[in-house]
Amino acid sequence: MTPAEILDSLFPAGHAVTSEGDLLFGRATLGDGMVHVIGATGGAPIGIDQAIRLSARVLEVAGSDDAAPLLFLVDTASQRMSRRDELLGLSEYLAHLAKTLLLAEAQGHRTIGLLYGGSAAGAFIATALACGTLVALPGAHPEVMDLPSMARVTKLPIELLEEKAKATPVFAPGLDNLVRVGGIAEVWDVGRSLGDQLTALLAHSRSGDDRATVGAARGGRPKAAAIADEILATAQR
Amino acid sequence: MSNVRQSWYEAGARERIAALVDAASFAEFIGPERREISPHLSIFDLPAQFDDGIVVGAAAIDGTPVLVAAQEGRFMGGAFGEVHGAKLTGLLRAAKALGRDVVIAFDTGGVRLQEANAGEIAIAEIMRAVAEARMAGARVVGLIGGRAGCYGGGGLIAGCCSTLIVSEQGRISVSGPEVIETNKGVEEFDSRDRGFVWRTMGGKHRTLIGGADVFVDDDATAFREAARAALARPAGLDAAMLSAEQARLERRIARFGDAPDATDIWRGLGIADPQAIPDMPAAGFADLAAQYRESADDAR
Amino acid sequence: MEILHFDIAAPTPATGTRAMALVGVVASGNLEVLLERSDVSDRCVIEVTTAAHGFRDLWDAVTADFVARRAAGGLRIAINDGGARPDTVSLRLAQGVRMIEEPEA
Repeated sequence: MTPAEILDSLFPAGHAVTSEGDLLFGRATLGDGMVHVIGATGGAPIGIDQAIRLSARVLEVAGSDDAAPLLFLVDTASQRMSRRDELLGLSEYLAHLAKTLLLAEAQGHRTIGLLYGGSAAGAFIATALACGTLVALPGAHPEVMDLPSMARVTKLPIELLEEKAKATPVFAPGLDNLVRVGGIAEVWDVGRSLGDQLTALLAHSRSGDDRATVGAARGGRPKAAAIADEILATAQR
Repeated sequence: MSNVRQSWYEAGARERIAALVDAASFAEFIGPERREISPHLSIFDLPAQFDDGIVVGAAAIDGTPVLVAAQEGRFMGGAFGEVHGAKLTGLLRAAKALGRDVVIAFDTGGVRLQEANAGEIAIAEIMRAVAEARMAGARVVGLIGGRAGCYGGGGLIAGCCSTLIVSEQGRISVSGPEVIETNKGVEEFDSRDRGFVWRTMGGKHRTLIGGADVFVDDDATAFREAARAALARPAGLDAAMLSAEQARLERRIARFGDAPDATDIWRGLGIADPQAIPDMPAAGFADLAAQYRESADDAR
Repeated sequence: MEILHFDIAAPTPATGTRAMALVGVVASGNLEVLLERSDVSDRCVIEVTTAAHGFRDLWDAVTADFVARRAAGGLRIAINDGGARPDTVSLRLAQGVRMIEEPEA
């Protein structure tokens, strides 16, 4: 689906979302309420120039007292790999974007990431994974690193990686694998109204970061939740 | 305490913690005797380490309770896997619950590719836990000066900390030099040009542009002293602070967005002889930086 | 991974009261050694996990030499090996015994 099709299905009552290059900014009507919308689209990498514009808008949302949710449409490549971006401190810009999303959430705005295309590595962490709830559409294709690059770095043959990927969701790219490790809360049904599915999601309040618990229940991350819980309990003793 | 200078760069995770905290004050959580190893490395016929490359626990610095974590950069490049990441997540959630400060000695190449999906989400969980701990009033102080630097998701976590202390060896970036070169070509990034790599990502450059707060020599005692000072700074994370960071980062692009090289940025900051920076001893550099650097105080 | 077990008669018991000691790191050419106490003071049990397959004889020799020369009785030792050479293994085992025998702080 294109961003326009997604927005139409999400917000049949209307939306005012405009694109600026590969970024989206605007607001929409959902039921009796309003939803802030931002987007990083076109499968483009996220560099400092993209991150700073997104964070500027998220800060405005965080500062508004409407308590309206923020929907973040995501279809990106990885972080922008360039001399200029790293020279100017890309890690700070991506961390800042993530922090603004976390601040908006702390100030009463639900943050919902909607992954409808690709996203990878640092860009994935700073956008979709920094939202309070992350959902995806079928066909979304998140990854940390593509298998050919992974083969280079790990010095393992790609055939071997492909073989091992069948046995575990823990390392290979793909939507199903990210669902199983708990990174993606749910995959929506494009045959139904996306607006209804968003409304249903917003009707359930969310408490705390449950991704590790979900990952354990889905068999993708057997140990993370128990380890984190034990350390929290031990430290409080 | 001995008078022998101990290199932070050369030290292991446990030695770094010993150098940082009060003698005999450290109590480890889920120590190596528990053998909570990675459940995934054996898929690749890779040996595990009993602490999965990170040491976490409670300690005291000058008698004040703190939580502390140190990554082992020699094991799997200090990379974040499922267990490794969960230990840090748990520690940061404890920081929030207790309102207790945390000191993290980073030494990491980022996500551990053999368990990439688990590591990627662990980074996101840690960043959230850092932000929430800070909003609850805890300080999260990052120390960067190890072999592996602080790359990938590690760089993003560092960017969420209250204060960053670096040595010259403390490289901070998202994409590593080899990754950029492999993807974009040697014309874009020559990973074998050490001088270029260090002035683009190293501790001196990060200190000058405000990407790190305190520059120290490669000396464990210097890291400890800087951490003590950082733990006395104001705590918190709020809208005012992030607005100030937004302005700071926008200003950086406006001033230096067209600079071809770090030395051009350093000259733009008012430094008369930027070529002399890489060879400058730590003390002299810290004095110079104090005069010319972009500060990130209350804007991180 | 190859896992090797050794259960060796140890003439000299390890002294000290520390419950455990850890030395080394799992890296190329290096290894970590975790030492703990058992309740059998005249045996030393060693378990090695290594990615370098087919070196049982070498481990046999190195561990036997270690137990003969050091106070290894009553120790339960676990090793994660990153392909260390025998002299590195001997060094780490010796460091480990020294550490577990140190007075507690």
